[in-house]
Amino acid sequence: MEKNHNVSRRQFLTYALLGTGGFMAAGLIMPMVRFGVDPILQADAEGDMIDVAGVDELTDIPQAFDMEYEQDHGWHVETVQETVWIYLNGDEIVALSPICTHLGCTVNWGTDPDNPEQFFCPCHFGRFERDGTNVPGTPPTEPLHRYDHEVRDGRVLLGNPSPQV
Amino acid sequence: MLQRIYDWIDDRIDVTPLWRDVADHEVPEHVNPGYHFSAFVYCFGGLTFFTVVIQILSGMFLTMYYVPDIVNAHASVEYLQTDVAFGMIVRGMHHWGASVVIVMVFLHTLRVFFTGSYKKPREINWVVGVLLFFIILGLGFTGYLLPWDMKAYFATQVGLEIAESVPVVGDLISNLLAGGEFIGAQTLTRFFAIHVFFLPGALLGLIAIHFIMIRKQGISGPL
Ligand code: FES
Repeated sequence: MEKNHNVSRRQFLTYALLGTGGFMAAGLIMPMVRFGVDPILQADAEGDMIDVAGVDELTDIPQAFDMEYEQDHGWHVETVQETVWIYLNGDEIVALSPICTHLGCTVNWGTDPDNPEQFFCPCHFGRFERDGTNVPGTPPTEPLHRYDHEVRDGRVLLGNPSPQV
Repeated sequence: MLQRIYDWIDDRIDVTPLWRDVADHEVPEHVNPGYHFSAFVYCFGGLTFFTVVIQILSGMFLTMYYVPDIVNAHASVEYLQTDVAFGMIVRGMHHWGASVVIVMVFLHTLRVFFTGSYKKPREINWVVGVLLFFIILGLGFTGYLLPWDMKAYFATQVGLEIAESVPVVGDLISNLLAGGEFIGAQTLTRFFAIHVFFLPGALLGLIAIHFIMIRKQGISGPL
């Protein structure tokens, strides 16, 4: 009988069986896991610019405009309605998302009688300045998100909202 | 590292005897294809179980995208098949696996029959096996409708007509299965529930009984 096998026959068989079995199991499981996690690996759809308002409708005071776009749910396409606060800051168009940066309620302009010149969130009394900056001492921790915009033929087109900081 | 994790757990709940009892027992020579090649026929039961496991796993993943609703069912199947990564493979596993399970069950049954393994004391296991066979056919039948395409619709139509041909209670059975007088939204949700909850539940229970009995009684002797 030969001596000094580094790997015994039994060990070799165990490794071979575990290896083959592991390979087969991985071949089965891998596609299923990739299938299951597909949503987090899908590239975010780059939305088109959406026509929201006419430039001549804008004023110094933030106004709520409706924004309508199609959302793709995979096998179902839905029309989503959102509001967006738009105003003129001198010549500059400012479009703010109404989604409170605290926990996601919807803010309104000037509905807090004590602070008529601010955005107000009724959920936990969060407040934002006119430019979207969160008022310190209220729950929100970052400014309202701001939409990319573009003016074409006197119409305001909005892209995606992004954080201001 | 792994060894230490294993030891830590084993120290506390003593798992070694548990898995040894399940996995580490000898198989008689006459069923080992290593000794007699023709003994591969004894693998059919294990292969059936293996394909059933694949069916359960792939089915679980398919429900992440599938909707049992007449408006969206077909669209969701199309989406998961064509747009989701590996969708064709995962649905393919479930689709082809369904046929493989039935073939394997059939081969397993033939082997049990021709080796006389159903004889005393294993008659109960034969009966459980036949029930398992019916449940697997039921899974095939209810699963066929779910993609909600033409083939699915007419196959179910035929199945329901067969159910209706049962004397006296035929209409009742067919209405109960379809959830009404015609194949529609209620049929789809019913078939879905039967396919993913009722039948798999029964299947797992019966498989457990099937396996416990084979461990209790052992594999029947050589021919
Ligand atoms: S969600 Fe707006 S303050 Fe909490």
